[in-house]
Amino acid sequence: MEGDGESVSSSASTALVAADVDARSILVLRGGRSKAMYQFTQQSLPACKPVLTPTSVISTLFLMGIFCIPIGLLSLHASLSVVEIVERYDSECVPHQFRLNKVAYIKDSLIPKNCSRYLKVPKYMKAPIYIYYQLDNYYQNHRRYVKSRSDKQLRYGLQYNDTSSCIPEESNDGLPIVPCGLISWSLFNDTYSFFRGTDELRINRKNIAWKSDRDHKFGKHVFPFNFQNGTLIGGAMLDPNVPLSDQEDLIVWMRTAALPSFRKLYGKIEEDLEANDVISIYFLNNYNTYSFGGRKKLVLSTASWLGGRNNFLGMAYIAIGSCLIVLALVFILLHVKNPRPYGDAMYVSWNWKGIPN
Amino acid sequence: MVKASGKRKQRIKWSKLYTFSCLNPRTTDNDAPNQQLLGQPGFSRVVFCNQPELHKIKPQKYPSNYVSTTKYNFMTFLPRALFEQFRRVANLYFLLGAALSIPKLAPFSPASMITPLVFVVGISMLKEAIEDWSRFLQDMDVNSRKVKVHSRNGSFVEKTWKELSVGDVVKVNKNENFPSDLLLLSSSYEDGVCYVETMNLDGETNLKLKRSLEATLSLDDDVEYTKFQATIHCEDPNPNLYSFVGNLEFNNGTYPLSPTQILLRDSKLRNTEYVYGVVIFSGPDAKAVRNSTRSPSKRSRVERRLDYLIYVLFLLLVMISVVNSIGSALVLKSEAAMWWYLRLQENADSPLNPSKPVTSFFLQFVRSLILYGYLIPISLYVSIEVVKVLQAMLINKDMRMYDELSGKAVEARTSNINEELGQVEMILSDKTGTLTCNQMEFRKCSIEGISYGGEINEVDLAASRRMNVDVERYRISIDGSDSTGESIEMFEYSVAEADAKQAVLGCDHAIENSDIEHRRIPASGKEPNIKGFNFRDDRLMDKMWIHGSNVHDMIMFFRVMALCHTGIPVEDGNSKRLKYEAESPEEVTFLIAAQEFGFKFCQRTQSVMFLQELEPSSGIEVKREYKLLNLLEFNSARKRMSVIVSNEAGEIFLFCKGADNIIFDRLADNGRIYQQATTAHLSNYAEDGLRTMLFAYKKIEVVEYESWNTLFTKAKATVGTEREELLEHASEMIEKYLFLLGAVAVEDKLQKGVPECIDKLAQAGLKIWLLTGDKRETAMNIGFACSLLRHDMKQFHLVLSKEAESIVCLCLAFQAVEEDILSQIRNSYQEIVKGNKKDVPSALIVDGKAMEVALRSEISNQFLQLAVMCDSVICCRVSPKQKALIARLVKEYTGKTTLAIGDGANDVGMIQEADIGVGISGMEGMQAVMASDFSLPQFYFLERLLIVHGHWCYKRISKMILYFMYKNVAFGLTLFYNEIYSNFSGDDLYDDWYMVLFNVLLTSLPVIALGVLEQDVSADVCLQFPALYQQGQRNICFSWKRIFGWILNATLSSVAIFTVTIYIFSPAALRQDGKVADLAHIGTIMYTCVIWTVNCQIALIVTHFTWITHVLIWGSILCWYIFLVLYGMLPPEHSQGGFHILIEAIGTAPMYWIVTFLVVVVTLLPYFIFSIIQRSFYPMDDQVIQEIKYGRTDVSNKPMWLREQQNSRKRTQIGFSARVDAKIRHLKERLRRTKK
Repeated sequence: MEGDGESVSSSASTALVAADVDARSILVLRGGRSKAMYQFTQQSLPACKPVLTPTSVISTLFLMGIFCIPIGLLSLHASLSVVEIVERYDSECVPHQFRLNKVAYIKDSLIPKNCSRYLKVPKYMKAPIYIYYQLDNYYQNHRRYVKSRSDKQLRYGLQYNDTSSCIPEESNDGLPIVPCGLISWSLFNDTYSFFRGTDELRINRKNIAWKSDRDHKFGKHVFPFNFQNGTLIGGAMLDPNVPLSDQEDLIVWMRTAALPSFRKLYGKIEEDLEANDVISIYFLNNYNTYSFGGRKKLVLSTASWLGGRNNFLGMAYIAIGSCLIVLALVFILLHVKNPRPYGDAMYVSWNWKGIPN
Repeated sequence: MVKASGKRKQRIKWSKLYTFSCLNPRTTDNDAPNQQLLGQPGFSRVVFCNQPELHKIKPQKYPSNYVSTTKYNFMTFLPRALFEQFRRVANLYFLLGAALSIPKLAPFSPASMITPLVFVVGISMLKEAIEDWSRFLQDMDVNSRKVKVHSRNGSFVEKTWKELSVGDVVKVNKNENFPSDLLLLSSSYEDGVCYVETMNLDGETNLKLKRSLEATLSLDDDVEYTKFQATIHCEDPNPNLYSFVGNLEFNNGTYPLSPTQILLRDSKLRNTEYVYGVVIFSGPDAKAVRNSTRSPSKRSRVERRLDYLIYVLFLLLVMISVVNSIGSALVLKSEAAMWWYLRLQENADSPLNPSKPVTSFFLQFVRSLILYGYLIPISLYVSIEVVKVLQAMLINKDMRMYDELSGKAVEARTSNINEELGQVEMILSDKTGTLTCNQMEFRKCSIEGISYGGEINEVDLAASRRMNVDVERYRISIDGSDSTGESIEMFEYSVAEADAKQAVLGCDHAIENSDIEHRRIPASGKEPNIKGFNFRDDRLMDKMWIHGSNVHDMIMFFRVMALCHTGIPVEDGNSKRLKYEAESPEEVTFLIAAQEFGFKFCQRTQSVMFLQELEPSSGIEVKREYKLLNLLEFNSARKRMSVIVSNEAGEIFLFCKGADNIIFDRLADNGRIYQQATTAHLSNYAEDGLRTMLFAYKKIEVVEYESWNTLFTKAKATVGTEREELLEHASEMIEKYLFLLGAVAVEDKLQKGVPECIDKLAQAGLKIWLLTGDKRETAMNIGFACSLLRHDMKQFHLVLSKEAESIVCLCLAFQAVEEDILSQIRNSYQEIVKGNKKDVPSALIVDGKAMEVALRSEISNQFLQLAVMCDSVICCRVSPKQKALIARLVKEYTGKTTLAIGDGANDVGMIQEADIGVGISGMEGMQAVMASDFSLPQFYFLERLLIVHGHWCYKRISKMILYFMYKNVAFGLTLFYNEIYSNFSGDDLYDDWYMVLFNVLLTSLPVIALGVLEQDVSADVCLQFPALYQQGQRNICFSWKRIFGWILNATLSSVAIFTVTIYIFSPAALRQDGKVADLAHIGTIMYTCVIWTVNCQIALIVTHFTWITHVLIWGSILCWYIFLVLYGMLPPEHSQGGFHILIEAIGTAPMYWIVTFLVVVVTLLPYFIFSIIQRSFYPMDDQVIQEIKYGRTDVSNKPMWLREQQNSRKRTQIGFSARVDAKIRHLKERLRRTKK
């Protein structure tokens, strides 16, 4: 419909002319009253009345198809240029003797949670290489979880003492918790370190959060207080001497995910990785996803102009584009085989019902 | 002194005229059973005349004369109006939602739930209040009218109507309304008669005669009331207009009362200087007030279906809520304990307590009901309300429905039912004041077998013009044939006529209608128009008739015209012409016509009538005196009226006028000279809808007269039941062996444009029923004039026999009567079924009394079945209550949308009862307008109101509701899918503000543009193609198929929006810098897709883009981005997830824009494909016309365009064009016969 601009304008202009003549004569009649107002009240505003003609329909479909396929190809190309390594480590990192009772393993603070894995880089990866942790079957979008935070406290700290929205993690021992709420309490606390051979790959963990969060949402002078003092089973502890605005792990974590399967940025490797490089990763496997059967994955990925690896977008565009072109062809065929003369009066109800003259 | 003498003169004149009635004795027999009723329950009222103070205390305390038509008063407004509001299911639902939102259950803040509800209810209540206020003002106006009331000692003071109380003696002057139901005590006439106009009660235009009791005749002066005291025992208040039971105790006598003595409220005193009366029923007890029905609130068909749609959506809502809450409960029960990060066990909020899954189920259910409340948006009602008000405004402003004469425009008084105008299938129309202007005109006459005043009528003209093509073909065959001379003449005339027209205008079709207007045969405008006289014929006018061949009969004809009547001349100050007052308007036109022909009736005394006659031999005017010997009055049974007069020479003549069959039966053998010619003329006149009357006379020998007169006098003096019979017999004796002079034809003038309007409406598939209080002949005349009747139609009359009528009157056994009517119905029905096969048009004419029986529940179905089969239905002599009853029964039986149109108080019931009530404004009396939903200054505006505005409004509202539903379902379902992904926890994907703005700002305005500006085809095309109107009648734009189609479309769209967004944005990075999208981002992106989708979808629906539409649609999308930027600039504690969202996060991601485009394409594709297929292979009428217009084929192929206009007319048997068609058929038939 948007495609048939040419024909639209022609009809619109004629309508305009007709309306113009009409309006002018009226204006003479009615003195200086606003023409537009008159046309509005008489429902004779100039209008374009586009009609889905076979030509306009087929050309619209065709053009849209032609337009969609290149976008699809571009997107697909961008997506395919992204190199992504996904390593699931949640079960592998549990020692064999605990495989049957992983929950006991993770809850036992006495057992060291170290673990190491090796990765082979399949393709050349250009820096920056983003490190994500991915959690599956983790409902960060649960209503109770999402609401359990206090943005004002995050910004103003203890000055703001209404933490009722943080239930059930609003206070401990009668003192408010900063940052309060379930989200911060359940902060992800696995850590990773990477070695290529024996060289440690430096992980840049700065600037992984949105700038606006760091600058405006998390106070520069707000420090963790009364947080995770060990009596509760939860996630990571926070360094009480670092202001919230610098706790980027927390800031990233506080951006709750929309789906039960999500990735969050852990850091960046700012060195290129060559193909067939072997990377060894040392995990501190602290985070308890075993209670609810959640999976933990480590993801290393480069990014294109379009973001991460996602073939869906490109495929969808290509599919829709070809769909449109096929449709256009089908309609051409239909119109060739079974043409309905456009604007043919034989198709009005009073004619096909056989009402005699 | 002069005044007093004038008064006496009038008294004499009027009182003497009614020879039959003034000696009318009371028929005590009939009253006897009624009298026994008095004092029984239902007949317990006691009125102390002239002692109103006795009615201030119980038990005889009656209501004051204050009449209120308001629905509310100050005290009851709030509770009652609120009650009315919350009777609407939707409002109740929203109230429930608002109530639930107050505890923290709801996902939204209470304010966002309550504010719109308050707004909607407030607006509606305000509307109610304003409407009621205008009713109150109207009441005040009526209640503070002044009337003269007896205070004491014979002095009368002015009081307002509302101050009247039962027992008051009032004096009502000429042309004043009666303030309440009165007992007539005396009038300015000696014999206590007075004339009453009851147009507001029954729509009848002729005056009714009321007569006081003889016992109270003496009370004819103010001072007489000093000591007047009497007591009335009578029936309790009831709505029956035509009955009254009571008696008067006065001066130690008891006199029975009858309806003749009762003056009803809402009627008017006419032709009588003043009357005295005593108030019997005041205020709400008055019969007219009891007859009025409270106006019901009306809802349109579309809105009623909308209710069902709401139920469907509610079902959907409940379903997904149940799924949600079951899911939530199951999840809680099975898995929740494992989600340590939710800590549900600890001071869990109750909806998510894993230990109580059942409680949680219910609470989650309630929460979901509110969360998915977007499926049933309150804003739908707000939008509909706004759109309807705007539509009503556009209707009001339409210059083409502005009547310059009265300076009034169409007024949509309620905007609730605009779209109903597009679905009307039945029109119930009043006659007087609606179709006709209540104005008689002298049009034609036939004297001595020669017709004067134009020969060819419009139908002939149009028929011959349309047959133009055929003429050439048939001309050869009919040449030289004498029997068809008339038609040849006509055809030649028409050919010349058409040729000339075509030469000038190039095309004769388009101007057909206006052409007729100009061609009205008796051309007016040459001379100053004389009211009531629309006649031109050079053979008669300007004294030309004196050159005729048989002047004697001509003179006699004019004498009948000038003498046989009951009228009196009225001096008209500045004109040398006289004006007349008479019992019926026809008589007035006769007198005016006679005056024009040179027979001026100039004076009447008790027994002498003076005529200023034109002497044909000399050509000068002579004043002649005629002694009025006897007057045999007109009544509906006799259908004739005679006067016996003697001229100055002592010759005695009987002048008689009457209905054709009556006169023809009474002609002498030598009086039938002109019978054949006159009969032919009569049928022509009647076909044209003119009211005809025959004139005849005879000369009576003095001896014969003397002998008859003794008989007649004796009969008059008889007291008792046989009196009527004797009189009847006596008049039969003298009214025979008459000599036929000719006929006159009077036109009950139709309002401007009525025939054309009816024609168009009929072509659009509307049925028109005529309901009138007038008598059958009058009603049928108008039927002919409006082309509702034709002579080749099979007419079925539903009438009661005389005996049956009396049975009904006495409320006795109905069984026999019912049987009678039923058999009539059955016979007619069978005939119609037979006739339909042969294509015989049929008409049903029902009399009020028969109607009363036929509408009884047992046989009403058969009656309606018959009536619906007929091409046209005319109901005569129907009471206001019956009109309302018919409206209701027709509405209920046929299930079709009915529209009632009328102008008077007698139409109020019908107007209120019908689906749409239309009042004609500009007439006197506003009751009909006040009760109506739309008021028109002219009947013919109905055409534009229905066919243009009705059609538009219907399509607009249907499209608008469907689209509104689409956008909300599409939006609401995305919320539901999100629940599936978030463990049914009841979280909302979008920011609260987005949710609020969705219906308020971001999608509401295009809908309003759609509802106000959309036009499928232009106004001209609507009028040119009446078939388009049938789309509304068949309700194809709001059928369940469409509704479910749109729900399906919405579901597809929501699935597409959700899946595409979710799959693309999760879990991989959003941007090149590796950052991923969180809940707020995905919500915003998805919301963007929704906004684009729904706004583009409306662009696909709209077929008529004005700049306003463009601005609103694309502006809404723009608005979203502007909002997002501004919202992001708020401090983070206010904007939360929306902080810097567009600028920093999603706006900089190319993926965001690419995905938006993809989603729009994907979501619109199903509808697009559907509409292409539909348009290509099953196009609708309006679409084909759009294409024709778009391809400008209407200009390039004009014949096709005109042919299609012709074809699109529904085949109908009523209306002008149908008559022309019939005429053509008839002529062809005749030509064919001649050929053989």
